[in-house]
Amino acid sequence: MATQINKPLEKTPISKKLLNKDTITVFIVVAFYAVYSTLIYTNTAGRQMLNMAITISCYILMAVSLNLVVGFLGELSLGHAAFMSVGAYSGSMLSVALLQSTAMPLYIRLPLAMIFGGLVATIFGIIIGIPVLRLNGDYLAIVTLAFGEIVKNVIINLDFTGGAIGYDTKAIYSTPKALLPYAAAAVIISVLLIINLAKSKHGRAITAVRDNKIAASATGINITYYKLMVFAFSAFIAGVAGVLWGHSLSIIKAAKFDFNMSIEILVIVVLGGMGSIRGSVIAAILLKVLPEALRAVDDYRMLIYSLLLILMMLFNSAPQFAKLREKLNIKNTLVYFKNRKEKKGGNVE
Amino acid sequence: MRKCVYVGFIVKNILTIIFRKVTQVTNLIVTLIQGISLGSIYALIALGYTMVYGIAKMLNFAHGDIIMVGAYLIYTSVALAHCSPILGILISVASCALLGIVIEFLAYRLLRRASSLSVLITAIGVSYFLQNIALLVFGSEPKSIPVLFNIPAIQIGNSITITGETMLTLGLTVIIMTALTIFINKTKLGKAMRAVSEDKDAAMLMGINVNRTISITFAIGSIMAAFASLCYGISYTYIKPTTGSMPGIKAFTAAVFGGIGSIPGAMLGGILLGVIEKLSMAYISTQFTDAIVFGVLILVLIIKPTGLLGKQIREKV
Repeated sequence: MATQINKPLEKTPISKKLLNKDTITVFIVVAFYAVYSTLIYTNTAGRQMLNMAITISCYILMAVSLNLVVGFLGELSLGHAAFMSVGAYSGSMLSVALLQSTAMPLYIRLPLAMIFGGLVATIFGIIIGIPVLRLNGDYLAIVTLAFGEIVKNVIINLDFTGGAIGYDTKAIYSTPKALLPYAAAAVIISVLLIINLAKSKHGRAITAVRDNKIAASATGINITYYKLMVFAFSAFIAGVAGVLWGHSLSIIKAAKFDFNMSIEILVIVVLGGMGSIRGSVIAAILLKVLPEALRAVDDYRMLIYSLLLILMMLFNSAPQFAKLREKLNIKNTLVYFKNRKEKKGGNVE
Repeated sequence: MRKCVYVGFIVKNILTIIFRKVTQVTNLIVTLIQGISLGSIYALIALGYTMVYGIAKMLNFAHGDIIMVGAYLIYTSVALAHCSPILGILISVASCALLGIVIEFLAYRLLRRASSLSVLITAIGVSYFLQNIALLVFGSEPKSIPVLFNIPAIQIGNSITITGETMLTLGLTVIIMTALTIFINKTKLGKAMRAVSEDKDAAMLMGINVNRTISITFAIGSIMAAFASLCYGISYTYIKPTTGSMPGIKAFTAAVFGGIGSIPGAMLGGILLGVIEKLSMAYISTQFTDAIVFGVLILVLIIKPTGLLGKQIREKV
């Protein structure tokens, strides 16, 4: 009987098709937006919930895109907010220009701005990707951090970005109600893209680079190409999130996209589980909804985040906790219960 | 008569040019002294980074926040509890050393064989933890550190003044660096540290207590941070919970600049970075200083990832 405990759950073909890991992820995202938009468009949602719609979407986008770098490529990026900042500024500028010159409606202007903001962020992603080719680990983390600080510093001190006062986006401000469909579309498309990338030949190559760079290059994987691709793609999604963010506010300030924001996104990725898209989505929703629900402990929010970060890392990586980890693993627990059920059933017969 | 006026005019012009040059040179000297003073603070912090990196092979992201804790301890003991400055500094140094040991024991020891990514994330967690504890205890408004020592400024010539704070910082840095170099090269414990940084397992076989050596390294690094907080406190007087993070990141830049793991490299890198920062502030732009400093870091890492004095590490297959 002891051997049966480690036997994996047997799946029937139908459930394999429907309850595939990735379809569940997509289902969760779609269900979240379905519930959220019904609540919002039937006016049952409170003001707070309405205001949070775009923030949550932006954080989901940021988290899944950072997860691509941290979880799939295995490199730590501490300047992810900078890509969002670049996207927010460039996308909003294009949007303002389009609105003033042609009075374009939102449904053409916003997607155009998103693509433009994403592309500008991609260029920055490739620029930051070049040091990535020579560095890894701690050095890379510091370079991305430095990059984030440089972007913030330069934007604050330029004239056409509005400087430290911020860039005025009153002209293109849209209500959360108007923006929610675009946010939902952006999130669902990004999640689908990332899931498909992870499942594809390219995704396997990326994880191979993460697990063993030398072995990967020995099997003919072009490491340079994949590292740059991941950074560029991740920056693109972050840029799109930035454009969305810029349209939901009446002013954007570069100081907001600082190191703290990058860390907040990293916390989401780590809590959700590095390499798990579903985890990132759920953690982003939870970490944005919970603080609103628990206003009383708002002062302790960052303290709790930091403790969670340390404990999660210790629990996940320390060899001393390997036993405990196995015990608490959800899959093992399921197998255990299933076996116990079978055992009981067998006894009755 | 006309010739005379002409000659007088030329002489006057030459004199103005010479005078301008002299002021330019003195300005440059003043900027350089300020840069070396700031750089020696960076060097003190960078030493902590480099020692820990050399021995534990990890980037202790929380190192910058130990400076902040040290500064708050000086503030509490001198401004709130009215201790004498020397006692306040001793309290700060001792507590920081203890804090370094505790952090290593609770957070990093378990992860010694884990991937560098998880260690780095844990270190970021510790850094945020310290910042938020300080935020809860002391609040977000800046606190001012009282004047600890009254050292008169030195006047050289007419236009060069060296403030007492600058002299104290420079003197302290020189003393600490000399002491550290002697400690690392001459004492038994220093030898043990070098052995652990070379090869942990071999050091263990030679009977060196690796855990204890690493704890001591963290303690020494944190003592450096406490002294850095003293220098920072007397030069900048105001402290906030986020005070430590920016100098911490810049000092890490300095450590990387000089070659991480190398102690003379940290000193050189720190002082160079301070000078670069002050020079760019004076001659290029005050607003873009941070961008220039971090740009230097990125350039160094792209051109020479091992830093100025770092050793080339071959990747093993």
